[in-house]
Amino acid sequence: MPVLVRIPTPLRAVTKGAGEVQAKGGTVADLIEDLERQYPGLRERLVEEGGDVRRFINIYVNEEDIRFLQGKKTSLKEGDQVSIVPAIAGG
Amino acid sequence: MTKLKGLKCRECGRRYPSSPVHICEFCFGPVEVDYDYDALKGVITRQSIAAGPPSIWRYRELLPIEGDVAVGHHVGFTPLIRSQNLAEELGVRELWIKNDSVCHPTWSFKDRVVAVAVTRAKEFGFDTIACASTGNLANSVAAHAAEARLKSYIFIPADLEQGKIVATLVYQPTLVAVEGTYDEVNRLCSEVSDKYRWAFVNINIRPYYSEGSKTYGYEILEQLGWRAPGHIVVPCAGGSLITKIWKAIREFASLGLIERPATRMYAAQAAGCGPIVTMVKNDTDVLTPVRPNTIAKSLAIGNPADGYYAYRVVKDSGGYGEHATDEEIVEGMLLLARTEGIFTETAGGVTVAVTKKLIETGVIPRDESIVICITGNGLKTPDVLYERLDTHVTIRPLLSAFDRALAELKSQARS
Repeated sequence: MPVLVRIPTPLRAVTKGAGEVQAKGGTVADLIEDLERQYPGLRERLVEEGGDVRRFINIYVNEEDIRFLQGKKTSLKEGDQVSIVPAIAGG
Repeated sequence: MTKLKGLKCRECGRRYPSSPVHICEFCFGPVEVDYDYDALKGVITRQSIAAGPPSIWRYRELLPIEGDVAVGHHVGFTPLIRSQNLAEELGVRELWIKNDSVCHPTWSFKDRVVAVAVTRAKEFGFDTIACASTGNLANSVAAHAAEARLKSYIFIPADLEQGKIVATLVYQPTLVAVEGTYDEVNRLCSEVSDKYRWAFVNINIRPYYSEGSKTYGYEILEQLGWRAPGHIVVPCAGGSLITKIWKAIREFASLGLIERPATRMYAAQAAGCGPIVTMVKNDTDVLTPVRPNTIAKSLAIGNPADGYYAYRVVKDSGGYGEHATDEEIVEGMLLLARTEGIFTETAGGVTVAVTKKLIETGVIPRDESIVICITGNGLKTPDVLYERLDTHVTIRPLLSAFDRALAELKSQARS
């Protein structure tokens, strides 16, 4: 089941410039593996060696931060949109 | 002149040229401005600073701009007030209030960061300034964009206080009210900033913007007579201010402008949105985001980008943190007003309430110097006080009516 993944600017060098890509996976973890197959090198940019999502990256499924869902185990269904968003300062 | 060396990732150390980027392309860590401190040694002295203008620009060698100051010439150098009454009420020997509720021109410390950000954005050639804001930043970006004659797009949560909306709209920016929390506004803006080539002060201009907060720290040190206090209590939203005050202290120490500091830093947050303080209390460097539910809307950031660094500053300095409930926040605002004649917004109420708790629980000792950070103005958030404050008497314009009312008030006070 393909889902749409939005790629932030700093990662577009890995996705050959694409800002949106299609990927497959039953969970966010699976999705990251599929992204790695399509775009080698992407995984290490998203997760640390231990497998945790990097501290300064937020991943959203539709409008929800996966830390409010089931983290990397969050399930995905066809038509979902996944956004990879760097942490933003503010106030 | 500024000794700007470029940008450097705080996590992996990768270097980048000075440009409008805010995160490391490789590890997504935030990038930070790097200065040539060796070249600044001996050039920046107490005398050279004291000879500068009464504004943040007296520290311009330590700010990330290259040319002339473009906007906000009068920002900063706000009063550091030696408290008598509040100190007495809290039972402490030396208490100071750094009062940015009177910062020019929009009455919060955000003017410091925005003056730097807009000046730098002009240097980069942007014609549009933008931001995601919980209110104070919106006011300041709109005002400084007006002064700079640049277009501005301001994104805010739709449920923001009326005072902060009016104090943004008056400068005639394009105000976009987003139906969602600040964190959702921020996420949207991240995607907007990828698409439109605007200077988002808190996104692609963030490395420059955030450096403006250091001036709040520099002023505390200079105004204390070139010394660092024992304790500083800082309100935390995104977590940047506390890290930048800490950076200011370390910079001044390394430049020989102050003696070796032993300052402890304390994070103040609302109980309804306190993920940084929760990290401190649970002693973990992993931030768990929260959904904000507090009257302190200017601090209502559930997923603070600098949360990790704020936590580190608190731990490394030997400080602590505390939460304040909505009731305690209002009490804090009233306490500061009643004792010192200073009307601060809800964020200031958080700081006062947290300071009180930290003193009462013995975390902050009563006989050492304490600075509390008041960063915004109460006239922007009067709504939270309406239910708490009453007009005492309403009378006809007659002396006899007043005499009767006064007698009544006195008898009420006795009973």
